[in-house]
Amino acid sequence: MVKWYAIAVMAIVTYLIRLAPFVLFRKGKKTPKWVAYMGSVLPPAVMGMLIIYSLKSVNISAIDEVIPVATAITITTVLHLWKRNNLVSILSGTAVYMMLIQI
Amino acid sequence: MKSDKGGVYIKRILKIAIPYTIPVMLGYISVGMAYGLLIVKSGLSLWAGLAMSVFLYAGAMQFVAIQILIAPINLIQVALMTLFVNIRHLFYGLSFVDTFKSYGWKKQYLIFGMTDETYSLLCGVSAQEEIEQETLFFTILILNQSYWIVGTVLGALVGNMIHFDTTGIDFAMTALFVVIFIEQWLANKNHLPAITGVLSAIIAIKIFGPSQMVLPAMVMMFSFLLVVRRYKSGGDNRG
Repeated sequence: MVKWYAIAVMAIVTYLIRLAPFVLFRKGKKTPKWVAYMGSVLPPAVMGMLIIYSLKSVNISAIDEVIPVATAITITTVLHLWKRNNLVSILSGTAVYMMLIQI
Repeated sequence: MKSDKGGVYIKRILKIAIPYTIPVMLGYISVGMAYGLLIVKSGLSLWAGLAMSVFLYAGAMQFVAIQILIAPINLIQVALMTLFVNIRHLFYGLSFVDTFKSYGWKKQYLIFGMTDETYSLLCGVSAQEEIEQETLFFTILILNQSYWIVGTVLGALVGNMIHFDTTGIDFAMTALFVVIFIEQWLANKNHLPAITGVLSAIIAIKIFGPSQMVLPAMVMMFSFLLVVRRYKSGGDNRG
């Protein structure tokens, strides 16, 4: 059962966010300082939160669950710092994770 | 059908627009495929994935959406999650408020299609003499979303046809977040927001449990970052 209404809510909210500056901050109006501040600090904070969110079902007391996750994140990170290629980092990290979890 | 003249014009526009979009094409087709694959392997239909790639069109959020659609979650939380994950897009629009002012109907689609990759691409598009900027932007955005949709459909079809052990493929989502996280870490001098996000999420899981962590984590990090702002000046994190 697809929750179409949830997809609609996500689509509408996303569009309203993208539309907001064109309605709220037309020329002449300055962006409030706290909005500009939140705009600069929220993206890294949200990404940090999302990493943990995506791992929320990992049982941290089960070593056989933690090792594949930790290894794959390390590989993704090292590859990304080295090559700075999103594709290489994501695909390699995922491939390693799948191998480790399937053995 | 348009006249031959129209066809020539479209060809000329594409010849200018396509080279700009090559990096996005590579990224969107492959990440889109991972997304489509993940959609069907999570038990959702190709149509759900397609609907999201057409109407939602936001990479990281679409991966989060899979989690949302397979678990019970209320609509207020869905709206807040979307708001937090995509709020950065508000600031992309800010750079184009003046530019888009003189544009016609195409402006609506330009506003809708402003993804992370599209934004960074448009920032690097220089003015062309032979083609209106509005038309060039519009063509680039259409191309970008087409790549994303093609990737999604391909991934879903591959996932439906080929049956291999896809256990663990959902790590693609974590890897995507890790990659964006690193990019933001490198772009900012102030790492406090990044650390705040990670810690808020961990604390929220500890206190409220994995299924109820989203809202508390967002409230925690939002209020902490606001409080911190009162003690520090807000401008020191632009690296």
